[in-house]
Amino acid sequence: MTAQVITVTSGKGGVGKTTAVANLATALAADGRKVVCIDGDIGLRNLDVIMGLENRIVYDIVDVIEGRCKLKQAMIRDKHYPDMYLIPAAQTRDKNAVSPSDMIRICNDLRADTDFIIIDSPAGIERGFRNAIAAADRVLVVTNPEVSAVRDADRVVGILEAEEKGTPFLILNRLNPTLVRNNDMLSAEDVLDLLGIKLIGVVPEDESVIIGSNRGAPVVTDPKSRAGQAFRNIAKRIQGQDVPFMDLEQQSGLWGAIQKLTGRK
Amino acid sequence: MEQTTSLVQIKGIRDGLLATFIDAAWDDQCLALLAQIDERPAFFQGARLAMDVGSQVLKVNNLVDLRDRLSERNVSLWAVIGESPTTENTSQLLGLATRISKPRPEEQRHDVITDDTALFINKTLRSGKRVEFPGHVVVVGDVNAGAEIIADGNVIVWGRVRGMIHAGAKGNRSATICALDLSATQLRIATEVSAMLKPQKDPKPEVASINSEGHLQAELWRAG
Repeated sequence: MTAQVITVTSGKGGVGKTTAVANLATALAADGRKVVCIDGDIGLRNLDVIMGLENRIVYDIVDVIEGRCKLKQAMIRDKHYPDMYLIPAAQTRDKNAVSPSDMIRICNDLRADTDFIIIDSPAGIERGFRNAIAAADRVLVVTNPEVSAVRDADRVVGILEAEEKGTPFLILNRLNPTLVRNNDMLSAEDVLDLLGIKLIGVVPEDESVIIGSNRGAPVVTDPKSRAGQAFRNIAKRIQGQDVPFMDLEQQSGLWGAIQKLTGRK
Repeated sequence: MEQTTSLVQIKGIRDGLLATFIDAAWDDQCLALLAQIDERPAFFQGARLAMDVGSQVLKVNNLVDLRDRLSERNVSLWAVIGESPTTENTSQLLGLATRISKPRPEEQRHDVITDDTALFINKTLRSGKRVEFPGHVVVVGDVNAGAEIIADGNVIVWGRVRGMIHAGAKGNRSATICALDLSATQLRIATEVSAMLKPQKDPKPEVASINSEGHLQAELWRAG
């Protein structure tokens, strides 16, 4: 096996990067893949909480880099999926404790016996973001259907293109079909039109996401949740399967638009 | 002062000499470097040497060995640049620099700017991108919100404008801004500034210029 390194980033904070990482990793693990998540947000770690693993942390990524423990010792096994691990961030250090070459080295050490390495990027475009994208084979940009989030995503896409990381894929998170229908929210079509990159999934606004995050049980494990279904579909697309986009609205307008836009290469 | 053999290329940079290795076995590269130094000992006497080792993975003893052999020849190794994190680590362990300020290639734009010179940009300018040019600017693509174009001449955008455009930046009041869809956050011509233009439902090509009353205004583009 040679792992694919996927970095999830956004520019703006609070759009759902960490939630997306936890859900995609869980969905991939549920599909029988071996997954390692790396929390790249040194100093403001959250991924451990959302995955429900915070009380198991002994060593973190900075301990690995500074040689206080072996890589295996910092890998926390998930409670439900034995093939899913988390490498937590250090909470008492800052982004400068890690360098891009450290991230590349850790990912290379993990590649041999892992299917997917998913890196949670901090918000912003500074050192932490550069660390997070250093090792990436593929980048997923998360945004919300809000003007400010889309503008930050645009900036991030520009930086990724300038650094020759390739064109990233877009996850549009927290779309509310009712608001879109009333012209009170940007539609998926508007966002794609602005950013000009390929969509890999639209996640509808769903309160069970927050409930799941607070419980440390990602929503993707809830078979009834619409958002969970959207994350499961994205995980399938990451694995190379062609999954049709969910019909978020019964009307054909948005659905047809997404299909039209994503079919266009 | 540039010299090439098959394995090592040495040239002068601001901070001394830079040796760039072509992909080969490390031992061969070292021998090639030392051979070059031995050929012209007077030239290398007392030189400060930086090395770009590419993807070579170097351990402490590799570098210590080379450093000693270089210092025997009165050449001091001060920096090792490499892509491999191991090499970077090794260099740091040995107290060597891992970055040098490369001489910046001179900007080619300073050639001759006449009134007819234009910069052609064949892509969308995303947020955070700033283009400054002492002539006209032509963009085939969009200018997204958060991007900026500052031109001494006119600006023509074959696409949507949502960012900031400043035409006639050195004070040319007859400069114009044309776009297929001019819903910019802000437009400036010379010293005049326009407030935000309303995004249109059905965008049409527009031209912005300073009118006879001295105000910046946009109007629909008309053929002829």
